[in-house]
Amino acid sequence: MFDVVIIGAGVSGCSIARELSRYDARICVVEREEDVCCGTSKANSAIVHAGFDAQPGTLMAKLNVEGNRLMYEWAHDLNFAVLPIGSLVVCMSEDDRPGLRNLYERGIANGVPDLRIIERDELVEMEPNISDEAVAALWAPTGGIVDPFGLTVALAENAAKNGVEFLFNSPVTDVHRDGDAWVVRASDKELRTKAVVNAAGVYADEIHNLVSADADKLSIVPRKGEYYLLDTTAGQHVRHTVFMLPTAMGKGVLVSPTVHGNLIVGPTAADIDDKEATDTTAEGLAEVAAKCSLTVKNVPLREVITTFAGLRAHQAAHDFVIGEVPGAERFFDCAAIESPGLTSAPAIGVMVSGIVADALGLAKKPEGAFDPTRPGVQNLVIMSFDEWDELCQKDPAYGNIICRCCRVSEAQIVDVIHRVPAARSLDAIKRRTGATMGRCQGGFCTPKIMEILERETGMAPGEITKRGPGSELVVGTIKDRIATPAGRAEGGEA
Amino acid sequence: MPREVEHRSVVVVGGGPAGLAAAIAAYEAGETDVLILERDTQLGGILNQCIHNGFGLHTFKEELTGPEYAARFVARADELGIERRLGTMVVDISNDRVVTTVSPDRGISHIKAGAVVLAMGCRERPRGALATPGYRPAGIYSAGTAQRLVNIEGQMPGREVVILGSGDIGLIMARRMTFEGAHVQCVAEIMPYSGGLKRNIVQCLDDFGIPLLLSHTVTRIEGKQRVEAVWIAEVDEHMKPVPGTEVRYPCDTLLLSVGLLPENELSRAAGVQINPVTRGPVVNESLETSIPGVFACGNVLHVHDLVDYVSEEAASAGTAAARYAQGLSGEASTSVTLVAKDGVRYTVPSTIDPQRMGEQLTVRFRVGNVYRDHYVSVYFDDERVQHRKKRVMAPGEMEQVTLKRADLLARPELSTITIKLEEE
Repeated sequence: MFDVVIIGAGVSGCSIARELSRYDARICVVEREEDVCCGTSKANSAIVHAGFDAQPGTLMAKLNVEGNRLMYEWAHDLNFAVLPIGSLVVCMSEDDRPGLRNLYERGIANGVPDLRIIERDELVEMEPNISDEAVAALWAPTGGIVDPFGLTVALAENAAKNGVEFLFNSPVTDVHRDGDAWVVRASDKELRTKAVVNAAGVYADEIHNLVSADADKLSIVPRKGEYYLLDTTAGQHVRHTVFMLPTAMGKGVLVSPTVHGNLIVGPTAADIDDKEATDTTAEGLAEVAAKCSLTVKNVPLREVITTFAGLRAHQAAHDFVIGEVPGAERFFDCAAIESPGLTSAPAIGVMVSGIVADALGLAKKPEGAFDPTRPGVQNLVIMSFDEWDELCQKDPAYGNIICRCCRVSEAQIVDVIHRVPAARSLDAIKRRTGATMGRCQGGFCTPKIMEILERETGMAPGEITKRGPGSELVVGTIKDRIATPAGRAEGGEA
Repeated sequence: MPREVEHRSVVVVGGGPAGLAAAIAAYEAGETDVLILERDTQLGGILNQCIHNGFGLHTFKEELTGPEYAARFVARADELGIERRLGTMVVDISNDRVVTTVSPDRGISHIKAGAVVLAMGCRERPRGALATPGYRPAGIYSAGTAQRLVNIEGQMPGREVVILGSGDIGLIMARRMTFEGAHVQCVAEIMPYSGGLKRNIVQCLDDFGIPLLLSHTVTRIEGKQRVEAVWIAEVDEHMKPVPGTEVRYPCDTLLLSVGLLPENELSRAAGVQINPVTRGPVVNESLETSIPGVFACGNVLHVHDLVDYVSEEAASAGTAAARYAQGLSGEASTSVTLVAKDGVRYTVPSTIDPQRMGEQLTVRFRVGNVYRDHYVSVYFDDERVQHRKKRVMAPGEMEQVTLKRADLLARPELSTITIKLEEE
């Protein structure tokens, strides 16, 4: 019997798990994908929002500002990459100044520190590539950028360190009551638990609706956002996250550096029906290409290394849905976590874990039994040659570069393969180390990473996937289907 | 400068065909202190996975496989006792020629080089760079990655294959995948002409009945986990898909051969000036970059289609590097500027110092389109000095002209050499 089963290993689910692991409780996170951070958490703007967007008084406003503060704090213990580069909301015409003022005042009401409206001269000094039309901007020094994979993985690893179990490749198909317990059916398993947390992202409505009364159904609309990711050669094109102040002409797209040194441009916002439709579209990409030039000059889109799309879990009321579902005792929603959900994740973890712990009467672990720290994965890009040399002396595998574009060594890949939760696919390794994320997009390192996975895990080449079952990288060995003289195929799937 | 620095005369970055030829030439030019730095665990570079034949027709007058071609140069380097560090990646080159490397056995080390030869080769343009709409499933490989999986690892990337782009590696892989039992449905090429060598189209597609769809591109990729189908449409003269021409090709694999990009991250970081057309360093007659004593050759300089020309070019760079390291380069004098126009996209080199050039100098270039019965003309300022008819020229095949030192020296006022295409 579990105390808490958390459905969904995205950033919200992992944050809740990590915060709940402070308590003396048996906790399991169930996830339909093969790894953490496979849904909305992996495909977004990777921004730490300052908190001026949300309407004052909403849960979004409160958790955004609190999450922003915690994000920088938690980075010390959990060793994920976050950079407080600040953000700018650019006002494109004198007519729009009232809107800029409104945003400033909203930010003040939400408790965002150090907000300031800056004029064009200062703006140009901060962002030399800003559009010639820009007249002023809202400057939020607490805005930043974060590694969404690094954050989610760090939370999961720290949760695991403190006793949380993870169950992957286990889509939840049913949740029902059995006496005092909840029974969560995930794949072929039935988990009995005292409490359930629904952190199922775009599917949170379906999970919620399994237990809610007819009058209290939830509807999550997947809102697609498409992005360009540009090479690190373009990473300095802007120095801060640049948003456009929405105008009568519509909403712009953001242009921002990423913690990996790339430039991210996007997103679009299109409500769709299909919760699996993370495909990019010709129209969406064209829209991003057209809109980015509104705020920033000469965005070098030809330096694109990949495009991607993510789905926000949008709900009509446009606020986070957090709390016990009426009529379903000890079943807690953490739903409709759309932007600024990533920024809010730490605060969401604190809040939801508090609600759950209160409801179950959980006691904190004794002093020292909870370890809040998680060692980071080494980052050879930002360390000095002397530090790198020191690492090589300890483990020569740090001197064997596997991913040349992102400077990832064999040692880092071996490290994440042996952590808990373990990286078992190409994308899982990518999210933890950055390997294959660069300008060649895995062209050179894919075969090398496959070799390391084979060696470290005993997996056969045919079992190695890009991102879990169904995404196998190779389909057999050479000549395995070549007909023999007898006309019979020999060999078979590896 | 870092504390412990090793001093070497000529440091060659990369042990592929370019690096090998440069190192050998440097040694043969009398500079025996030559060091090759190679990230792989063996010399030969990409040739090691190019197990098809057709290499060396110009150099050795015979048809070798890639590994055989490389082996001849490796044997020569062995014979000369040229030092090489394998499993060694260059992570930084400073503008005063301190080369920083990392390797499992040495960790980080710093080498101050008398001269540096850049021979890092190129990489393939990935799927992401095309921004093709759709999912990002497994089963999309650049042709060279598939080549490595098949030829080195013995693994099959897929069974039902569509190839986008008709670069040489894509053409070679069309044949290779067919040999290994896969079904290659077609090769789609967005341009109205192939980017590969004519001989590869004949030997790798025509001989196997694989259709080459010119002016076609992939407009959509289906399949969330693994490729399930791609859509191919005809494109108009602006390379935009023509509505209504989309055809769905069910397949499990999409191979990409959509261009090669010189790997100049180290060069850029060092401050080497890059030619936006070639994406390689701007070089003079000695194949010296904008940083004195730093030379470039092979695919890092500009993408070649024949390795024979890589070897030839790299030998010039190696010789020049040796002379520089020995202080024999001589004083620089006024340079002549090379101008590429009217169908000629670029020239390598970009400038020529007649005092420093050899008796003859090969200027290599590519044309921007398919030209039939055009003339390659060379102008010394306004005077046409060469005028040679070519039956056909195509972007996929590198062209060259030869300039004689005596001709340049005979014109002390010469400021510009223009290479262009003319109809008559």
